[in-house]
Amino acid sequence: MLLALTVIAVVAAAALAAVYVVTKPAIEQQQQDKIQKAMMDVLPNFKGTTEAVKVFANKDDKSEVTVNLAKNADGSIFGAAVETYTDQAFSGSFNIMVGFDADGTVIGTSVISAAETPGLGDNIKSPEFSGQFAKKQMNPKNSNFELKVTKDGGEVDAITAATISSRAFCDAVNRAAKAYDTVLKQKGAAK
Amino acid sequence: MKKLKILFNGILKENPTFVLVLGMCPTLGVTTSAFNGFGMGIATMFVLMLSNMLISLLKNFIPDKVRIPAFIVVIATFVSIVDLLIQGFVPALSESLGLFIPLIVVNCIVLGRAEAFASKNGVFDSMLDGIGMGLGFTLSLTLIGAIRQLLGSGCDILVFVLAPGAFFVLGFLMALIRHIQQPK
Amino acid sequence: MEYILMIIACVFVNNIILSQFLGICPFLGVSNKLGTALGMGVAVIFVMTLATLVTSLVHVYVLVPMGIEFLQTIAFILIIAALVQMVEIILKKTSPSLYQALGIFLPLITTNCAVLGVAIGVTQKFDITAGNYILQSVVYTASTALGFAVAICIFAGLREPLALVDVPKAMKGVPIALITAGILAMAFMGFANLA
Repeated sequence: MLLALTVIAVVAAAALAAVYVVTKPAIEQQQQDKIQKAMMDVLPNFKGTTEAVKVFANKDDKSEVTVNLAKNADGSIFGAAVETYTDQAFSGSFNIMVGFDADGTVIGTSVISAAETPGLGDNIKSPEFSGQFAKKQMNPKNSNFELKVTKDGGEVDAITAATISSRAFCDAVNRAAKAYDTVLKQKGAAK
Repeated sequence: MKKLKILFNGILKENPTFVLVLGMCPTLGVTTSAFNGFGMGIATMFVLMLSNMLISLLKNFIPDKVRIPAFIVVIATFVSIVDLLIQGFVPALSESLGLFIPLIVVNCIVLGRAEAFASKNGVFDSMLDGIGMGLGFTLSLTLIGAIRQLLGSGCDILVFVLAPGAFFVLGFLMALIRHIQQPK
Repeated sequence: MEYILMIIACVFVNNIILSQFLGICPFLGVSNKLGTALGMGVAVIFVMTLATLVTSLVHVYVLVPMGIEFLQTIAFILIIAALVQMVEIILKKTSPSLYQALGIFLPLITTNCAVLGVAIGVTQKFDITAGNYILQSVVYTASTALGFAVAICIFAGLREPLALVDVPKAMKGVPIALITAGILAMAFMGFANLA
């Protein structure tokens, strides 16, 4: 009785391990492709090379943000595609990519992975909402560089009936701007 | 003829969703669009077909006392395999179905058919039963998904893509099918 | 504070049945009477919390260190099935009265997708490297299970008088229950603006 169960369990685990080994490269490739595509989305006119730097944007953040510094052929900084996240989403968390130019103006945003409510929070993917972020100056030299939804006294129009998702999106973009600024300062200090 | 009957049994007479009322969680949870419903249905069909076949093959090898744990291991293995394959090759589906793929394990249809059909019948019949049940499930989910997508996104009646809409569409469809099947 | 918000969100805003669609089978199956619904609710709170405690320990100390996360689904469902069996045996031996009250619900819980769903869900939701991972998981699960109990009890309260109402023949039973659940889900959507 136990023998039969053990045999089944061992065979099952072995079969799964085999499938895992076969599919692992494909799954990792998918993840890479997604990030690559998001980078192209947020830095559409960029042709040079990128350098990935991981930093903590805020002191009490739980995870790092990846800042992909975009450099022109002569080594000057074109901007950055920042892979950022929020943990205040309706479904817990989501990941987005935010593109900045050299002085911290948002070029565009792209959702990498999110599982917000279809029809409501899911509209963070819609151009009507995410398009609002383009051309926002996220330079810390500006006094009010933190973005907020209109309900909280900011200038971002929240999605109807999805204030939580909209706020979370602002949170992710703010985190990206802070991380980008931190990296720029590090690089400046290194010079 | 008899084989065809096994195949069509799951699609109409014993449709898992509308008649047997099994597997309600994915039926309500992933049917925000016809594509999602279809994807979930096909994934479940694969698991059903494969687990039915293997359980039918192993039915003399598995002692009766540990039959349920053994079935669960077989089903969980196929579910994990399907999960990995979807993650690797159909990433769009894996994102929208999310948690509901591993949950095929506890979909009562799969364990139910293993116990009620595959453990008593031959390999080929069990395969047909799995395909039939899977197709019935796929059809129902695609139909519900299509209706919700049409009303919700197409006609902009937001409530249909949200949680309550899932309950309403399923409830009314079930009543409609019963009404057609049992005329006064 | 963080935990209080989490509890409110799990019970009302992200209610496991009415907005996440997990555990629909017992929700429709054992909600004809308020008494049985309450029994099921209590049994689910108990088993679900225990199950997530064990599965997250296994996740943190066995699956992740060994790099075999792909065995997660198999491992978790076997743990849950074994756990339910054990709880049943222990209850039978130690507390016959409790066993009488909850016993019949226990076998049903193994196939309750809410238990497996939450056990897998917390591994994706919370950061395993954070120090309070286990505590977060357990609090989240307990409040989610409480949400289950609240929803099934309200629903049973609605269905009890419904049995006496004259509904069209085709709508009797499950269809009218589904529509009622839909209206309840709409009511719960109102909580979304709470947070």
